[in-house]
Amino acid sequence: MSNDGVNRTRRQLIGVTAGLGAIGTGFAAVPFVLSMTPSARARAAGAPVEVDISKLAEGQMLTVEWRGKPVWIVSRTPEMIDSLKNLDAIVADPDSAKSIQPDYAKNASRAIKDKYLVLVGICTHLGCSPLAKLQAGAASGMGDDWLGGFFCPCHGSKFDLAGRVYKNVPAPTNLDVPPYSYVSDTRLMIGVDQKEGAA
Amino acid sequence: MQKVFDAMLGWVDARFPLIKTWEEHLSKYYAPKNFNFWYYFGSLALLVLVIQIVSGIFLTMHYKPDTQLAFASVEYIMRDVPWGWLMRYLHSTGASFFFITVYLHMLRGIMYGSYRGPRELLWLIGMAIFIALMAEAFMGYLLPWGNMSYWGAQVIISLFSAIPFGIGDILSEWIRGDFVVSDATLNRFFAFHVIAVPLALCGLVFVHIVALHKVGSNNPDGIEIKKNKGPDGLPVDGIPFHPYYTVKDIVGVAGFLIIFAAVIFFAPELGGWFLEHDNFTPANILQTPPEIVPLWYFTPYYSLLRATTEEMVTKGLLPLTIVMTILTVISVRNVLAKMAAVGIGSVVVVCLFIFEAKLWGVILMGLGVGLFAFLPWLDMSPVKSIRYKGWMFKTALIIFCIDFLVLGWLGTQPASGPNVILAQIGTILYLLFFFLMPWYTTFDKTKPVPERVTQ
Ligand code: HEM
Ligand code: FES
Repeated sequence: MSNDGVNRTRRQLIGVTAGLGAIGTGFAAVPFVLSMTPSARARAAGAPVEVDISKLAEGQMLTVEWRGKPVWIVSRTPEMIDSLKNLDAIVADPDSAKSIQPDYAKNASRAIKDKYLVLVGICTHLGCSPLAKLQAGAASGMGDDWLGGFFCPCHGSKFDLAGRVYKNVPAPTNLDVPPYSYVSDTRLMIGVDQKEGAA
Repeated sequence: MQKVFDAMLGWVDARFPLIKTWEEHLSKYYAPKNFNFWYYFGSLALLVLVIQIVSGIFLTMHYKPDTQLAFASVEYIMRDVPWGWLMRYLHSTGASFFFITVYLHMLRGIMYGSYRGPRELLWLIGMAIFIALMAEAFMGYLLPWGNMSYWGAQVIISLFSAIPFGIGDILSEWIRGDFVVSDATLNRFFAFHVIAVPLALCGLVFVHIVALHKVGSNNPDGIEIKKNKGPDGLPVDGIPFHPYYTVKDIVGVAGFLIIFAAVIFFAPELGGWFLEHDNFTPANILQTPPEIVPLWYFTPYYSLLRATTEEMVTKGLLPLTIVMTILTVISVRNVLAKMAAVGIGSVVVVCLFIFEAKLWGVILMGLGVGLFAFLPWLDMSPVKSIRYKGWMFKTALIIFCIDFLVLGWLGTQPASGPNVILAQIGTILYLLFFFLMPWYTTFDKTKPVPERVTQ
């Protein structure tokens, strides 16, 4: 392109005008982009859920819905709790250092009370809901050396009975533990943090 | 009568370039005279686009984009709306046929080197169409709010959360409009599926044709007909699009419609391939179907995703990166290019150690789709058409096609045992088809290309 006979001042003014126009367009796009973020209603929808666990037998599991996600409550038998120690070497994050849980559940059993495990039932890989394979051994269809836990059918991730992820599976971290607390010995409140020193 | 018609035509033509457009794009648009079977699929893709838009409009008259109502409204269309089942089956079968025609259309482009200059931009517009089409199909699949709809969307949107530095989570929340796939997600997918993406698709198809008519069609011989013009200034190997190819394409349409109708009336679900059985139960937030399987047209890329385990990264991708880097360094002459290759190679190697396999799975899936866009610059062969290419290109393309089908099939099967290994080998082969193309197209022994097109 030849620049002969170009009025430089006009050229510059056109440049500045175009630049300002682009900035204005950028700002005009903001409300459109933000209108797609979670609405006030979606943000408020996180109401806590109260669960009665008095009828939950040992070795059984209960699923409730909290914030549109499945939350599992597993009543673990003493053997199940004991078996966790043997798994420290084959799970990827035995101390839950990289995983998401409230501080009061960042312990060996990943629970406030060892017996009751509370987990968000969403695989940390790509968000399927894993299947409960709670029984140890071949009964779960997971082979003889299975120690009990959860299996994600989507891409084959395995978790133990504290929701800790096995090594060499696609899921990177342990299953999340949601905030929860004991209202009484037999009632849980999912979504409300346990107070310091309670229970 | 004729007079009135001419007068009307003249009136319009004085105000709109009607005759000029007709001549430029149809009656005086010269296309190579040696088009074959493979050249049906462009016009057929256009036909399917129309079928999807029309059947979609009629479905929208009865469908309800609400998590409480969506599943029931689809059942209502199937059972109570007069001919509603036909509208739905046209649309669901049309989606699969859209991908069949577009995949064959792309294969034609690869066989005859249609992506080569001067048609690179035409090819890139085609890629944009392809991606828009995949977005359209993915979002449409959520609408019936079946259990596979729900969990499929959950998994695919979660792919974005693999992006590191906290961007991924924000992005997937923005896409869903919620912390989980919910009513907000269904509603916006509806908006995208019925208006935003179709509008973009129509616009892209329009520029696709404009770009095609600027450069002219390629042909099975890969010869530029514009280089050989007669005394009248018209290409000697060209024939006017209308009536020659309009008539030919109508034959294609008739053949297509026979097959299309046979599927719709006799096997609309095609044994679970066109409509998945797990989607006949409503979405259940608490329970994933036993296997998450996307529809067949996504399964090759889904296989790439699932094949990328920790082991695949260290034992597959890492050696692949190193070998490709060395090969590039040996092959390029320019010192700067050598240094660039080493630089890029090292960055990828470092990243392979830093980022987790989940992210690489997503990247590979993206490459599986995106690598096609680079074909115009990867193919170094002096000839365009497969007819004059040597055994290396032919072998590579045959392996790639088989690999694509095998990966597609594996994507529908449980990912365990030998399937995983097979998918991993398939993934490497898939990448090599593209990565090694500059080499095998350079060293391949080609045949001389004739001056005129052959019959
Ligand atoms: C909605 C989808 C599409 C429609 C409606 C469409 C339509 C067409 C039509 C009508 C033609 C001329 C007839 C023919 O050559 O078969 C054509 C040519 C072509 N298309 Fe497409 N197309 C679509 C998608 C794509 C895609 C996904 C690609 C590749 C990424 C692509 C690449 C090409 C190329 C390279 C040509 C020129 C072929 C040649 O001259 O040999 N198109 N398209
Ligand atoms: S979503 Fe669970 S393994 Fe992928």
